[in-house]
Amino acid sequence: MIMSNFWSIWISVLTIVVIVGCFILLKVVNKNYTGVEEGKSMGHEFDGIEELNNPLPKWWAYMFYLTIVFGVIYLALYPGLGNYKGLFGWTSSNQSIGTEKGLKADSAAALEAAKAENRLSQYDREVAHADEKYGPIFAAYLATPLEELVKDEEALKVGGRLFLQNCAQCHGSDARGSKGFPNLTDSDWLYGGDLATIKTTLMNGRNGMMPPKGGLPIEDSEIKGLAEYVIKLSGGEHDEALAAQGQGSFMKGCFACHGMDAKGNKFMGAPNLTDNVWLYGGSRGSIEESIINGRAGVMPAWKDILGEEKVHVIAAYVYSLSNK
Amino acid sequence: MMNHSQSTGADYNYTIVRQFALTTVLWGIVGMAVGVLIAAQLIWPQLNFETPWLTFSRLRPLHTNAVIFAFGTSALFATSYYVVQRTCQIRLFAPKLAAFTFWGWQAVIIAAAITLPMGYTQGKEYAELEWPIDIAIAVIWVSYAIVFFGTIAKRTTSHIYVANWFFGAFIITVAVLHIVNSMAVPVSLFKSYSLYSGAVDAMVQWWYGHNAVGFLLTAGFLGMMYYFVPKQAGRPVYSYRLSIVHFWALIALYIWAGPHHLHYTALPDWTQSLGMVMSLILFAPSWGGMINGIMTLSGAWHKLRTDPVLRFLVVSLSFYGMSTFEGPMMAIKTVNALSHYTDWTVGHVHSGALGWVAMVSIGSLYHLVPVLFGHGRMFSTSLVNVHFWLATIGTVLYIVSMWISGVMQGLMWRAVNSDGTLTYSFVESLEASYPFYFVRFLGGCFFLTGMLIMAYNVLRTVKAPKDSLPALAEA
Repeated sequence: MIMSNFWSIWISVLTIVVIVGCFILLKVVNKNYTGVEEGKSMGHEFDGIEELNNPLPKWWAYMFYLTIVFGVIYLALYPGLGNYKGLFGWTSSNQSIGTEKGLKADSAAALEAAKAENRLSQYDREVAHADEKYGPIFAAYLATPLEELVKDEEALKVGGRLFLQNCAQCHGSDARGSKGFPNLTDSDWLYGGDLATIKTTLMNGRNGMMPPKGGLPIEDSEIKGLAEYVIKLSGGEHDEALAAQGQGSFMKGCFACHGMDAKGNKFMGAPNLTDNVWLYGGSRGSIEESIINGRAGVMPAWKDILGEEKVHVIAAYVYSLSNK
Repeated sequence: MMNHSQSTGADYNYTIVRQFALTTVLWGIVGMAVGVLIAAQLIWPQLNFETPWLTFSRLRPLHTNAVIFAFGTSALFATSYYVVQRTCQIRLFAPKLAAFTFWGWQAVIIAAAITLPMGYTQGKEYAELEWPIDIAIAVIWVSYAIVFFGTIAKRTTSHIYVANWFFGAFIITVAVLHIVNSMAVPVSLFKSYSLYSGAVDAMVQWWYGHNAVGFLLTAGFLGMMYYFVPKQAGRPVYSYRLSIVHFWALIALYIWAGPHHLHYTALPDWTQSLGMVMSLILFAPSWGGMINGIMTLSGAWHKLRTDPVLRFLVVSLSFYGMSTFEGPMMAIKTVNALSHYTDWTVGHVHSGALGWVAMVSIGSLYHLVPVLFGHGRMFSTSLVNVHFWLATIGTVLYIVSMWISGVMQGLMWRAVNSDGTLTYSFVESLEASYPFYFVRFLGGCFFLTGMLIMAYNVLRTVKAPKDSLPALAEA
């Protein structure tokens, strides 16, 4: 961010006053102006404590000077004094380049200009360096069809590491997921478990959405029955009469997403209700909560975060988890 | 050379000093016990007993607030009220206001001990307390300033003793820091939003945060050091000129150092560089205090053999020197790139908190308690010695385990495979840290045990019959 000239001068002057002030203080007090002989008492006494007029230790004073000299040189080379950019023209990121000349709309253009003038930020340089070094490895992986890649032990190891660093936060280190985050090691798939679908899911992300009560005219009094029916579908112990009532409610429209057979719909990520896999819990309470409030699950799109090369490798790894 | 013909304690207001001295021990035990519990929770998470107010997230701010503001600040209140009277040769100004600072401060501590476990927080580290408590703190702190500076103004000595420079700087700056950082818009009795936003909020927070370290935990305790070290050693302060340079340089530079807590963040580059440069230049002024304290022992080194109180004070200065070397080093961006967010930071803080702040307070209290309760010495000098070793071993166990664990974490996080992927996941680095968490827990147990022994020793000293604890003859 570019600050106004006033604040830039303000902070620079304060900085210089403090550093030069320390220098002068050290230089002056290093000489004995006290009028008391060195090593002797200053002549004041406080509750029995006297103070001697010993000189500053030489090594300490030199160390102090040294840090001041280092500070001055550093502030000449690097940004530190307000808007002054430093002789190295170093920046950590493109944060300030984007708002150069105070033109927000100009950010992209300012960035391009900076790159054209070879004014790369440290971040850009590090990314470019990494791309150059590791790019070919992942380019080769991308050129390998997924069907081949899943047989490449080395690629799966790389995918596993990428998974641990980027995916484990939600899906867990063992990929078994947790409430709201699917288990990736079983063969139950919301959107499909073939290689191409897994890659699509990773690339573009998914937005799983069940509206409250499915967006249907379902009365509060019907919730218990519906939950009972859902439990019956997955083969749980249930109250037959209540479940029959629930089946009626289900026919109000739940089937539109979950299917007439309640086996779900992979095109929209509607879960299969007849198995015993529960994304948000299979207790009566959790099922009722799902029906009443609906559920929203988000898998982010990774294509812009990691790039297709890495997504390709992770897709192979995820597939391998349930296809040993 | 030394003049011991001082006016007796009868002239001074010791009631307030006694109150703060005893609560220092009490809150020290409470704060450190919570610290030991949360250290244990990091190894055995089930110790939160599935109870919200016993979870790490709620007890951690309780621990930091208790040790800094209940234990540490009570010690500063006790010693500053004692030192300012004795070195100005006058009774405390505005005794009723002084009593208000004691009862007010205790009320704030109780309020913190209730609201923090309940989860009320402003989410600012070391400034978690919600706005009504913040206002109470501001009122008490201004009263503290009036009492302290009123006493200085009334002094009968011609000069102001160096200990009071440091106490004075600490009191003024903490008031400014607290009031500016706590500025918030209340939305209900227990909820408020900071007046600042984004990177500015972060900068204000760490301007506060680092100077809570700089002015409360450093300048304040240097004030303590400047009285109790020469007093306990029976030696004059080594260099008056050194104290001038390091005092003014320390307070001029410390206030700039905050941005080093925000290296490699959204803070502008120039702010980060500036914070680093000022932190580095701060190194020499910080060491000035250590040199002046340790050199004051010239000609009294033999006393270390027999006097565990002096040992506490000297070892605290050594830890102070270590932490204030470590701090500027960690403020260097390249070093910070490794150390930031690791246990190294936690170790660094405790090298200052246990080694310096707690040890200098404990040493000063062992000097103070017999004087306050009319005795020549503590009930048991050998228990003071036992406490010294427990505290020293505890501190060393704590900081060494955190150094190893921190550097290991930093190296694991940055380790890269030949394909550019990270070698270790976060969980793997956590797993590798467990043995060090155990050693840290052990260190905490040592330190806390020492505090319990101190409480017993202080209690026996307070309750001892008059003249039953005469001063030991000088060795």
